[in-house]
Amino acid sequence: MTSTIIWTIVAVTLLGLLLAVVLYLVAKKFKVEEDPRIDEVEKVMPGANCGGCGFAGCRAFAQACVEAPNLDNNFCPVGGNEVMKKVAAVLGMEVKEKAPMVAVVRCNGTCENRPKTNDYDGYKSCKVKAALYSGDTGCFYGCLGCGDCVAACQFGAISMDPVTGLPVVDEEKCTACGACVKACPKKIIELRNKGPKGRRVFVSCVNMEKGAVARKSCKAACIGCGKCEKECPFGAITVEHNVAYIDFNKCRLCRKCVVVCPTGAIHDVNFPTPPPQPAPKPAAKPAAAASAAAEKPAATSAAEKPAVQEKPVEAAPQAKSAPEVAKTVKPDNKEE
Amino acid sequence: MKKTFSIGGVHPDDSKIAAGSKIEVLPLPKTVYISMIQHLGAPAKAVVAPGDRVKTGQVIGEPTGFISAYVHSSVTGTVKSVGLRKDLNGIPVVHVEIEVEPDEWMDGIDTSDTLVTDIPEDRQFILDRIKNNGVVGLGGATFPTHVKLCPPPDKKAECLILNGAECEPYLTSDYRIMLEKSEQIVVGAAIMKKVLGVDRTVIGIEENKPEAIAKMKETVSRLQSSAKGYDGIEVMTLKKKYPQGGEKQLIDAVMHRQVKSMGLPIDVGAVVQNVATSLAVYDAVQKNMPLITNTLTVTGNCLPADRQKNYLFRIGYPLSYIAEYNGGVPDAAAKIVSGGPMMGKAISNLDATTQKGSSSLLYLTEEQTARKSESNCIRCGKCAEACPMGLEPFLLNKLARNGMMEELEQNAVQDCIECGCCLYSCPANIPLLDMIRVAKGEVIRAMRARTAPKK
Amino acid sequence: MSKVLVSPSPHIHADISTARIMRDVVIALLPSVAVSILYYGWHSVMLLAVSVITCILVEYLITRFLLKNPCTISDWSAAVTGVLLALNLPPACPWWVAMIGAIFAIGVVKMTFGGLGQNLFNPAIASRVFLLVSFPVAMTNWARPAGFLNVDATSGATLLGTVKEGLAKGDTLSQIFAANDFSYLQTLFINIGGSAGEISAIAILVGFIYLLARKVIRPHITLSIWATVIVFSGIFWLINPDQYTDPLFNLLTGGVLLGSVFMATDYVTSPMSARGGIVFGVGIGLLTMLIRYFGSYPEGVSFAILIMNSVVPLINKAFKQKKYGRA
Repeated sequence: MTSTIIWTIVAVTLLGLLLAVVLYLVAKKFKVEEDPRIDEVEKVMPGANCGGCGFAGCRAFAQACVEAPNLDNNFCPVGGNEVMKKVAAVLGMEVKEKAPMVAVVRCNGTCENRPKTNDYDGYKSCKVKAALYSGDTGCFYGCLGCGDCVAACQFGAISMDPVTGLPVVDEEKCTACGACVKACPKKIIELRNKGPKGRRVFVSCVNMEKGAVARKSCKAACIGCGKCEKECPFGAITVEHNVAYIDFNKCRLCRKCVVVCPTGAIHDVNFPTPPPQPAPKPAAKPAAAASAAAEKPAATSAAEKPAVQEKPVEAAPQAKSAPEVAKTVKPDNKEE
Repeated sequence: MKKTFSIGGVHPDDSKIAAGSKIEVLPLPKTVYISMIQHLGAPAKAVVAPGDRVKTGQVIGEPTGFISAYVHSSVTGTVKSVGLRKDLNGIPVVHVEIEVEPDEWMDGIDTSDTLVTDIPEDRQFILDRIKNNGVVGLGGATFPTHVKLCPPPDKKAECLILNGAECEPYLTSDYRIMLEKSEQIVVGAAIMKKVLGVDRTVIGIEENKPEAIAKMKETVSRLQSSAKGYDGIEVMTLKKKYPQGGEKQLIDAVMHRQVKSMGLPIDVGAVVQNVATSLAVYDAVQKNMPLITNTLTVTGNCLPADRQKNYLFRIGYPLSYIAEYNGGVPDAAAKIVSGGPMMGKAISNLDATTQKGSSSLLYLTEEQTARKSESNCIRCGKCAEACPMGLEPFLLNKLARNGMMEELEQNAVQDCIECGCCLYSCPANIPLLDMIRVAKGEVIRAMRARTAPKK
Repeated sequence: MSKVLVSPSPHIHADISTARIMRDVVIALLPSVAVSILYYGWHSVMLLAVSVITCILVEYLITRFLLKNPCTISDWSAAVTGVLLALNLPPACPWWVAMIGAIFAIGVVKMTFGGLGQNLFNPAIASRVFLLVSFPVAMTNWARPAGFLNVDATSGATLLGTVKEGLAKGDTLSQIFAANDFSYLQTLFINIGGSAGEISAIAILVGFIYLLARKVIRPHITLSIWATVIVFSGIFWLINPDQYTDPLFNLLTGGVLLGSVFMATDYVTSPMSARGGIVFGVGIGLLTMLIRYFGSYPEGVSFAILIMNSVVPLINKAFKQKKYGRA
C-alpha cells in the first residue's frame, strides 16, 4: 500500500519533470522575438483598429513604426498629431506635424437640385447600385444616397440627411481615417484639410460631363466654365474634364471663387460671414483682405490645439492687423 | 424522357404572349446612334469623324484587342457626331451619331433573299468573314463569335450546341426566327460545324415551342437530303425549365457533362451558340452581310394584344423610337426591361439605342415587378434548391454583406451565373443576387490579380 | 408611365412568401385540429385559443416594446407555433400550462435568438419538453375531456405508456395488446390517448400531402424518419416480437407522424440541403426508437427532434448539396 503511494508520487514527479523539460525546449525553440517597443507604441495608439493608416490594425501600425527608419510615411489619422508625437517620443524619432484632415462630400445633388428620373428598387447599397447603372437621377457622377459611407464609418461621423438625401459629415467625430473614401463607389468623398477653425472652400461636384449636360441633370453641378480658375489669385483651382478642383494646399480661403461660381457648386463652410461681394471692383480687395485677416489668426490657434474645434458661428478675433497676416502667410508660400 | 439540366432550376410562367406575331421590319428613323461597346471585351474604336458619309454596312468601329469586334454602320448617311452618349443604364459610352438617308449598300454585300446552302470550303475564309462582319453571340453575353469558334489548339471541340431554348419568359424573337428563318439558321449551324470540325450538332429547343421543333426538324432533314455538309445535325427537345439556355446548363442537358469551375465549355468539348448567332453567321458568311440587324420582341402583360410584336430592327435605332412606333409606353408599365425578366436589364434611359444583343422591350407593371420588403431569412433552402449551380445563395448573401472575401471564394461565389433563380424563389424577398453579383465580381477580380503575376 | 422602377435582375418573383408558407402550414394542421376538437370538445378549443393568442400577443409585445423592430405577427409564424404547441399538449392540460408554454416558446425559444429564422430549436417542441420537465403531472395526465363525439374509452395512459409499463411488469406484447383491445385501424382514425394532435394518423397524412402538393416541404426529412423507425424497429421486432413493438405500431402511435410531418420539417431548425435532411431524419428516427425501446420515457420524438435541432448547423456544414462542375 505504502509502496503504491510512493511509486505514484515518484512516477508523477518524474513525468512532471520530463514534461517541464519538453515545455522548456519547445518554448526556447519557438520563441518569437518581438521588439518590446511595439507594445509601448501600441499603448499610445487610439485602438480603433480602423485601418485608416493603411495597416491591418493598431498593432500592425505600431510594428511598422518601430521597423521604419523614420515616421514620415506613417501617420495615424485618428490620433492625429498628438498621438504621433507620443509615438515619436517612445521611439525617439522626429515627427512632422500634419494638418488635420476631414472627409468632405463633394456632391450637392440634393433632391431639389437634382430631380429623380427613376426609382431604384434594388438592395440599398451604393456598391450594388453603382454596378447596375447611373443612379436614380440624371447625374452619372453624383451621390447615390444609399449610405455605404455611413455603414463604413466606425466613428458614427456620417449620417444621411433625410431632406437632401446626401451624407453629412460630423466634423467633431470625423477622424479622417478614409474608410468612407474607400466605401464610396463614385469617389465623391475626399479627405481635405480641415482648415483653420474648420473653414474650407471646395468644389462640391465631381460631374465630368459638359456644362449643358451637367446642368440639365443638376442645378448645382460644376459646369467647368473656368471662371473660378481665372478668378483665383493663388492658382489653386484647376479645371480638368469639365470639373473644377481646388488644391487645398494652395487655397488661401479668399472665397472669390465662391462668388463667381454661376451654379453655386463651390462651397465655403464654417465662415462667420457670407463671402465678400465683388460688386464694385475697387471695394472688393479690402473686403477680401479683411476676411483674410479674420481667418489667419484662427489658423495659428487651430494648429496649436487641433482637437478643440470651435463652433463656426462664433466670431473670429478681429484684432490682428494686416502685416501680421502677411507674416503668417509667407512661410506657407515657401513650403509650396 | 426529355432532357434537362441536373441541378436546380425554376419554372416561371413562360408568358410568350408575342409568339404569334410575325417579324415586322421597322422603318428607318431620322437618326441612329451606334454604340462602340456592343460586345464583351475591349470597346471598339470609332474610325469615322463628324461630316463623313457612311454607307450601310461600312465599318465605323474597329476592334482594339483580341476579344473585341468590328462595328458597322447600319444605315447610309452623314456622321453628325462621335462622342459620349448615355446607354440604357445611363452610363456614358462613345456613340457614332448618323443622320439617316436612303440605303446605299456597301459593295460586296448580297442583299437578295436567295438561300445559299453550299458551305465554303476554306475554314479561314469563313472565320475572316465572321470576324470582319462583327458577329457576336446574341444569346445575351455578346461574346465575339470568331473567338469562340477558334478553340485553343490543345482543346478539341466535340459537339456544337445551338441554343434555341429561349428559356426566359416573354421573349419570342428566337422562336420567330426559328419559324421564319429556319433554313438560314441550319446553314449557319453547318458553317460553324465545319469551322469547328465537329461531327455532332444539337439544336436544343424547349418543349413549349412545338411548332419551332417541328419546323427545325423538317428543315434539317430537307437540307440533309438536298445538300452536303449537313450530317450530324439533330434537333433535341428539352424539358421546360429555367435557366435551360444557360451555357453550362445546356451542356449538362445535352451532353451530360459539367464544365469545371472557372472553366470554359470547350474544356468538355462543347461550343454553344445561340440560334440568332447562327443566323448572323449565315448572313456574314453566305451573304457577306455585317451584323447590323436583329430581332426584338415588344411585349408585356400591360400591352394590348395587337401591339405584341416581333420587330426586325437595325442596330442603333433608339429604344424610344421603337417604343413610339409601337404606340408608346403603356401607362401601366412601371419598369421597362431590355432582355428577359430573369436576366434582362432594367432601362433607366429610354433614349438609349439598340445594340447587337438587344432582344426585347418588356413592359412590366408595378404589381409584377416591384420588390417587396425584405424580411428575415427563414432558412427554407429554396434558394439553394433553385440554384442551377448548386450554390448556397443564403450563405453567399450573408458573406457578401459582411465582405468576407475568402469565405465567398471557398463557397464558390465565382461560379454564380447570375440567373436570378435564388432571388426569384426567396419567400422572404431577400435581394440575394444583388449583393452576390457584386461580390462575385470582386472575388473574380481578386482571383485574377492573384494569378496574373505568375503568367 | 407614372413611375420608372430600376433594379438589378431578376424583375419577377415567384408567387411565394413567408406568410403564404406559414398559412399553408396552418391549413395543413386544420384536419388534426378538427379531429382534436371533435374528440376533446370545448377544452381543446380553449387550449388552441389560449396557445395561439398568447403566442401572437407575446411576439407582438416583444417586437413592439422590447426589440422595437417592425412587427412580425403578420407572417403567421407565431400562429403556427401556437397551433403546434396546442396539438402537443395532453387533452386535459390546464389552460395556464398552455399559456406558460406559449410564452416560453415565443419569448424564450424564438425571440431571444432574434425572431423568425434565427432560433436554434423548434419553439413548439422545445416548449413541450420544457413543460414536460416543469409540470410532469399536468403533462402526463391523459384524462379525456368530453368531446363532441362520444368515444368509449377508459384508459388513462397513452398506448406507448401502457406498453412500457406492461413490459416493465414482464408481460409480453401480445398480452398487453389483448388487454388493451388494440387495433391498427384504431390508430389510423381515432388513436385516443395521446396529445391532441396525435389522435388521427389520417388527419396528419392529409396535412402532409397538402404540404407536399403546395411544395411547402420536401419529403426527404419525413420519409427518412419513417424509414429509420420502420427499419430499426423492424430488426428488433424480428429478433423478439414479444419484447419489441412492431414497425407499424411505432410509426402510427405517439408523436412520430405529427413530429415528422410538422415539427422536424420546420425550415428554421432543419438542414438546408436534401442530403442534410436525410441525415437529420435518420438521426431523429434512431434517437426516437432508442428512447422508446431503452429509455425511461415511453415517447422520444420531442427529445429526438430537439437533439437533432442542435446539430443542424454541423449537418449544414458537412452535407452541402452537390455543386455544378465540382465533382
